[in-house]
Amino acid sequence: MTRLRRTVLAALGLGLFLLVWEALPRFGLLNAALVPPPSAIPAALASEIRSGVWLAAVLSSLSHYATGLLVGSLLGVALGTASGMFRLVEDLTAWIVRLIRPIPGLAWVPFAIIWFGVEPAAAVFIIAIGVFWIVFFATQGAIRGVDRDLVEVAEAFGFRSARARLVKILLPAATPGIMVGLRTALGQAWMAVVAAEIFGVPGVGQRMMQASSLLATDIVLVYMLTMAALYGLIDSAFVAAQNWLLRWRT
Amino acid sequence: MADVIDIRGLALTYERDGRRTEVLRGLDLAIQPGEFVAIVGESGVGKSTLLRVLIGLAQPSAGTVEVRPSPDRRESRLPPMALVFQDSRLLPWRRVAANVGFGLEWRGVPAAERRQRAQAMLDLVRLGDLGSRWPHQLSGGQRQRVSLARALAEEPDVLLMDEPFSALDSLTREDLQDELLRIRQETGRTVLFVTHDIDEAVYLADRVIVLTGRPAGIGAEIRVDAPQPRNRRDPRLAETARALRAELSQRSAEL
Ligand SMILES: Nc1ncnc2c1ncn2[C@@H]1O[C@H](COP(=O)(O)OP(=O)(O)OP(=O)(O)O)[C@@H](O)[C@H]1O
Ligand SMILES: [Mg+2]
Repeated sequence: MTRLRRTVLAALGLGLFLLVWEALPRFGLLNAALVPPPSAIPAALASEIRSGVWLAAVLSSLSHYATGLLVGSLLGVALGTASGMFRLVEDLTAWIVRLIRPIPGLAWVPFAIIWFGVEPAAAVFIIAIGVFWIVFFATQGAIRGVDRDLVEVAEAFGFRSARARLVKILLPAATPGIMVGLRTALGQAWMAVVAAEIFGVPGVGQRMMQASSLLATDIVLVYMLTMAALYGLIDSAFVAAQNWLLRWRT
Repeated sequence: MADVIDIRGLALTYERDGRRTEVLRGLDLAIQPGEFVAIVGESGVGKSTLLRVLIGLAQPSAGTVEVRPSPDRRESRLPPMALVFQDSRLLPWRRVAANVGFGLEWRGVPAAERRQRAQAMLDLVRLGDLGSRWPHQLSGGQRQRVSLARALAEEPDVLLMDEPFSALDSLTREDLQDELLRIRQETGRTVLFVTHDIDEAVYLADRVIVLTGRPAGIGAEIRVDAPQPRNRRDPRLAETARALRAELSQRSAEL
């Protein structure tokens, strides 16, 4: 009952929001060229889709996103595990991490362009850096936090090598913590996609910049909403995967 | 018969933050194949430490631990001992059957055989239907049975048990004690069983060993003469328990 009530209220709120948004430019309270009404969006979306631009932009953004996410998380898990497992690695890297960690992802843009040019690889690089740090710290903490008692079980049953300890105990036990980091990274990387493409790498970000320079605000809006919708999908899929993967928890 | 475990002059010192605590000193203990030996002693005396040395989780600072695996054991290269922890310590991300098969993995036992052996062990502890559950879906008593099955799956020459039933209610505990005696009857395993419950020790064991002192050694040793299967109300058990209690209180008074 309360759940239904809350859904109804949420829908009502959204409806009201759209109504006010529609009314403001329509009654001339806001300039429709600067704030296009929501009713203008379907037509803009249809024309973007028909011309094939929409699909191309979305696909290319998704491919930057997926590649950056993959590279960043693989490196993050690998190095996070190494520094969580071995005191030596942690100590060796402590100051390097302190030095590089505070540099914002976007501060890497100049180097990204110098190294990779205005190419997909540059966008992937920017996205991967943001993902890397989040996943690195999540993994390091999760590995370090693994219950010593469980590691002892492995030893008592003959698993003595570092590799066996990692595969049989540390990684499975650290999975919940790593997943939390991955989910944060999922959102962070999505933000980085636009930022990384604004400099001209083909994708949603670039298309938005083009549209804005032509004052085609309705098209800008189309892509803003596209990004919101895609992120909703991706996050839901991730949560579903996470729940399945962690179904052993209470 | 040759002893399966022969411990001589065992000593162990823990070192932490530069402070040394000698927990065991000059401990001698020989266990024969098929024996059920219980170890009692007050909390903190070093019972768990002794088991940890035997399973290889702690290194002795002096003395020798000699283990003589049975001949077929020596060929199979399976470890001669398996430990049942006080808290079941199942791996929560593995289903029950995979927990039971855990110890077999590092020997490269093929998956099919592992599953088969795990199922046999689950049947043995009467949890045959629960193999596909997650550990969090079990009661404390069931979890302890799984932990026992996991150790039995190793087919160890010696089964080490560290207060395996002490966290359970008394009904479940008695149930599991009888279960353990039945399994021991069926498998003929040698058992080294740590407990602080004197009645439990006397009911289960052929021989009860009292660990006393700081650092600890073997303070006393009492045989339990009542034959198996036993009756909990057997006056001989009560008599032995009385003798053990006297021994324990005298030992702690001496300190
Ligand atoms: N890792 C360790 N470092 C330093 N001291 C330890 C360590 N583990 C145990 N001890 C100490 O060694 C002594 C023996 O511990 P142990 O766990 O063997 O006792 P126990 O007889 O099993 O007690 P309980 O019946 O309470 O389980 C205790 O005084 C304990 O504080
Ligand atoms: Mg103990």
